[in-house]
Amino acid sequence: MSPLFLFLCFVALLSALGVVLAKNPVHSVLFLILTFFTLSGHYLLLNAQFLAAVNIIVYAGAIMVLFLFVIMFLNLNEDTEPHKPALAKFAAAIAGGSLLLILVAAMRDIQPVGYDPANFNSQIGMVDKLGMVLFKEYALPFELASVLLLAAMVGSVMLGKRETGERNF
Amino acid sequence: MTLPALGWQGLVVLVVFGVSLLIATYSTYAERVIAAFLQDRVGPDRAGPFGLLQPLADAVKLFTKEEFFPAGANRALFVFGPCLAMTTALMSSAVIPFGNVLQFGETAIHLQGIEINVGMLYVFGMVSLGVYGIMIGGWASNNKFSLLGAIRAASQNISYELAMGLALIAVLMISGTLSLREITFQQSSAAPFVWQDIFNWNVMKQPLGFVIFIVCAFAETNRTPFDLPECETELIGGYHTEYSSMKMGLYLFAEYINVFVASAVMSVIYFGGFNFPFQYDLRDWLVSAQGLELVTASNIITILGLVGLFGKIFGFIFFFMWVRWTLPRFRYDQLMRLGWTILIPLAIFNIMLTGGLITFGVIK
Repeated sequence: MSPLFLFLCFVALLSALGVVLAKNPVHSVLFLILTFFTLSGHYLLLNAQFLAAVNIIVYAGAIMVLFLFVIMFLNLNEDTEPHKPALAKFAAAIAGGSLLLILVAAMRDIQPVGYDPANFNSQIGMVDKLGMVLFKEYALPFELASVLLLAAMVGSVMLGKRETGERNF
Repeated sequence: MTLPALGWQGLVVLVVFGVSLLIATYSTYAERVIAAFLQDRVGPDRAGPFGLLQPLADAVKLFTKEEFFPAGANRALFVFGPCLAMTTALMSSAVIPFGNVLQFGETAIHLQGIEINVGMLYVFGMVSLGVYGIMIGGWASNNKFSLLGAIRAASQNISYELAMGLALIAVLMISGTLSLREITFQQSSAAPFVWQDIFNWNVMKQPLGFVIFIVCAFAETNRTPFDLPECETELIGGYHTEYSSMKMGLYLFAEYINVFVASAVMSVIYFGGFNFPFQYDLRDWLVSAQGLELVTASNIITILGLVGLFGKIFGFIFFFMWVRWTLPRFRYDQLMRLGWTILIPLAIFNIMLTGGLITFGVIK
């Protein structure tokens, strides 16, 4: 394990914890952005430059900007924080704990399979290779995903449309 | 890569960093001189010959001003905002190929910070991160005008990023690569220069894409006529209303660095980068008629190309300033309408047009 990998893991775990533990929602979002950066670092270590760049552009550059946008508008702070009943907290702890249990149980028996140097293609993460794989071997799942995205887009346009008689401002 | 080569490459990174800062510094001077020229005034002429020391005087003024923290501000993020704006602005110039190779015996120096094969996406990613500095600074100021400026910056950047990305996709369809160095080499002309080679520049193949890209570049760098995030008439100073001293200076600096990087990206992607007409003819002439070695002649061409690229970059920076002092600011709804209902459909049309032209073999 390279020191760079260990460092990235350390920062990733620390910032992921920061997302959950930060009191201020804006700090949470900023920690989440840092987490995405460390994930991009991991992609780079796995020789997937395209995925790393796209992860930054889509998640850090666009989606998190919208997150931050909404949270700034909501003006959440400790005074307006709704206090959840103890039952809800208890249920959340149980649900989260069982998810952790399942994950640990599933991961426990994994045998890490190293790569085979004989037939390992170090260029597989490059954009042209990735395009070839996506459009030749996985064309159907790729197109299905794009239909799903299109449906989501049409749905959001429908929801955002002004209804007749609504105030135009 | 051997260590000495890495050392030289590290020096290139430092030089790129320094040049970005220097150009940003003198952009503030150029902005005033050009504003004065366009408005028929004299402009700065007190500090040093032709007022050339004006940026230095500004720096001293900014550094010695009082550091002010507004009441109720989030102090950590208030400081973090300008730092982030500056960092993201400086990071994008790392992948721009400023010149070809300089060959000194065994060592070859690439006049480019770092060559990565997704260079175009890297620049695009850094541009999209640039908005965080503005958003965080505007929110942390605890001022409703700052917040409005931050919100405007966020929605404006997201809207224009889409059209910008779509304009770049059309370039990608022609070039078939995301590497900025490769894109530059594809725009070079052949050894005996023929006038058809001038069409190698991507701007000739992508005139519509270039217009879309330059409009989006204005919006992404928050320059007039799209400087709605700092619109003085409505928002006092926008996101930097509460900023003073050098923190304010960092925001202004980041804007000029962004203008420099946007100009460099446009020169590289659309205007041939460090290529210039007759470059190979000149090299061959230097070798045959002047008796220079091929390596020396290539180095001379590389340096001339570097000068040429900076000429293009300065041309674009001048264009940014020229527009700033010519056009009035848009209204916010006009800005959004232009982005979503004109530029994005135009960019999609451009992609279809490019696809059609490639299919019928008009451009390749």
